[in-house]
Amino acid sequence: MPEDDLYREIILEHASHPHHHGTVTSATHTTEGRNPVCGDEIALSWNEKDGKVSDIAFDGTGCSISQAAASILCDSVIGLPTSQALACARSFRAMLVEGTAPEDDMSDMAALQGVQAYPARVKCALLAWNLLAESLEAEEQSHD
Amino acid sequence: MTTSAHPLAHFDVQEIRKDFPILNDGTRTRPLSYLDSAATSQKPAVVLNAMHDYYVHANANVHRGVHELGDAATSRFEHARHRVARFLNADPRGLIFVRNTTEALNLVATGIARQGGLMASDRVVLSVLEHHSNIVPWQLERSTHGFAIAAIPLHPDGTLDMDEARKLLAPPTKLLSITYQSNVLGTVTPLKELIAMAHEAGILVAVDGAQRVPHARVDMKDLNCDFFAMSGHKVYGPMGSGILWGKPELLSSMSPFLGGGSMIDTVTFERTTWAELPQKFEAGTPDVAAAVGLAAACDYIDSLTYEAIEAHEKDLMQHLLHMLDSLPYIDVYGPNDRERIVGAVSFNVRGVHAHDVGTICDRHGVAIRVGHHCCQPLMRHLGVPATARASVAAYVTHDDIDSLGEALADVASIFGQVITQHTSPASQMEHRHA
Ligand SMILES: Cc1ncc(COP(=O)(O)O)c(C=O)c1O
Repeated sequence: MPEDDLYREIILEHASHPHHHGTVTSATHTTEGRNPVCGDEIALSWNEKDGKVSDIAFDGTGCSISQAAASILCDSVIGLPTSQALACARSFRAMLVEGTAPEDDMSDMAALQGVQAYPARVKCALLAWNLLAESLEAEEQSHD
Repeated sequence: MTTSAHPLAHFDVQEIRKDFPILNDGTRTRPLSYLDSAATSQKPAVVLNAMHDYYVHANANVHRGVHELGDAATSRFEHARHRVARFLNADPRGLIFVRNTTEALNLVATGIARQGGLMASDRVVLSVLEHHSNIVPWQLERSTHGFAIAAIPLHPDGTLDMDEARKLLAPPTKLLSITYQSNVLGTVTPLKELIAMAHEAGILVAVDGAQRVPHARVDMKDLNCDFFAMSGHKVYGPMGSGILWGKPELLSSMSPFLGGGSMIDTVTFERTTWAELPQKFEAGTPDVAAAVGLAAACDYIDSLTYEAIEAHEKDLMQHLLHMLDSLPYIDVYGPNDRERIVGAVSFNVRGVHAHDVGTICDRHGVAIRVGHHCCQPLMRHLGVPATARASVAAYVTHDDIDSLGEALADVASIFGQVITQHTSPASQMEHRHA
């Protein structure tokens, strides 16, 4: 049986056993958002140390896509310099919104590429990533 | 009521499906099992043709001008009003064309509150079942007029707590605004009993009939409510067609909703007087084609007969509920007495978010609604963020429901591991007590 284009093993695994689930203690940044259509809710908390995302976690409820995307996000950006984390969020967005091919270093993020074929679900996958991007962009501007 | 033949004797669903162009759309490449009629029904060709015919033969602005087409348009519009009024056994003077239920309920809330009918010392009673369109208009008026809002609570199975209702239908309550049939649970509220209780206490009653008219005859004289809101698009009529019906003496004393052309008697910069009913509440150019289409939908329902529709839908709901109840990983919301679930049913696949269920159903060509259904207070009562909802209509078949069953089996196979975690004996206990 060919692998499901949307509900791939990796995604189901992240959704049922999410990584970095919870909140980061004494977080330097917190942000939360919801998807009013679906009711998906995500709260992100992260710590910035020496220009890097030193720790990150998410909390929330929602469909498997929104939860898996948040889990994958945390895996992907932890330890990255904030500028790279933002670049990462932008390429993820480009993959889902513009249909750009995933980059080689995207690992689990690329597993969500199939969401592109389900327009109603794109916003589920983007919820956590948009929150992170907005938070990082606000951060960047405050340093300018 | 005819007593001779069984209502289903002449009801051939395959024949009925031929009336609906979208169910025979040769350009489709995927199958379609449309189980989302509670969101909006499909439209029979007679409705589409009536609208087309209006534009081809009679289009002009109504209630203005003196030319032939203007007369033809006015005549078709007013004919539509009388047709819909007859359909609801209602006084046509109180029948106002609006876009949908939402607009109708906003009209009632604004019209009463603005005229001073709802003041800071008053209370409006709703119920936890309500659609946001029967909550938010009252909150908007509350922000200006300061009255209180209370909601009749529900039993765990989603039925109204009538003891609490009785307590709330007393001073300082001025108005009860309540749904006739839940768009989430498919349950029908004991409306006649509520109306009698309310009227005894001098309380006005507005009814959200959006989900009732698709499934059963509604008779304004028999029901004796004060206001009744419905959407044409849920009863085989076009989008943009809706009705507010109100008792003419009440509508006469209310403030207009929108101001503008058609709704005035005389206008000076000092003072404007209102047109007679129903024009007082129909400001601006109306959607004549939508009204004509809704009248055609009334004809269509009457040609099928409500008796036959009800019998067919009852059979479908039995098949649907039997299927859902036979799947160990499904939770059905609503009363255990399944006969009380009419037209639509909400459920969840245990441990799986409704949006995932909806997406997998869609891949099987099965259209269901997933989400909070514009009923967040009810979702909170049920303790879930969202549900999946399947709904039936005259053109739905057993095959459509069987396709849903196959799609749900696919959900179970994709999410098997998650479902197993949630159907362990321990978690089942939790569910019962939740
Ligand atoms: C019970 C109920 N009330 C009100 C509405 C609102 O209807 P509309 O969107 O046509 O205004 C709906 C439909 O979604 C409904 O199901």
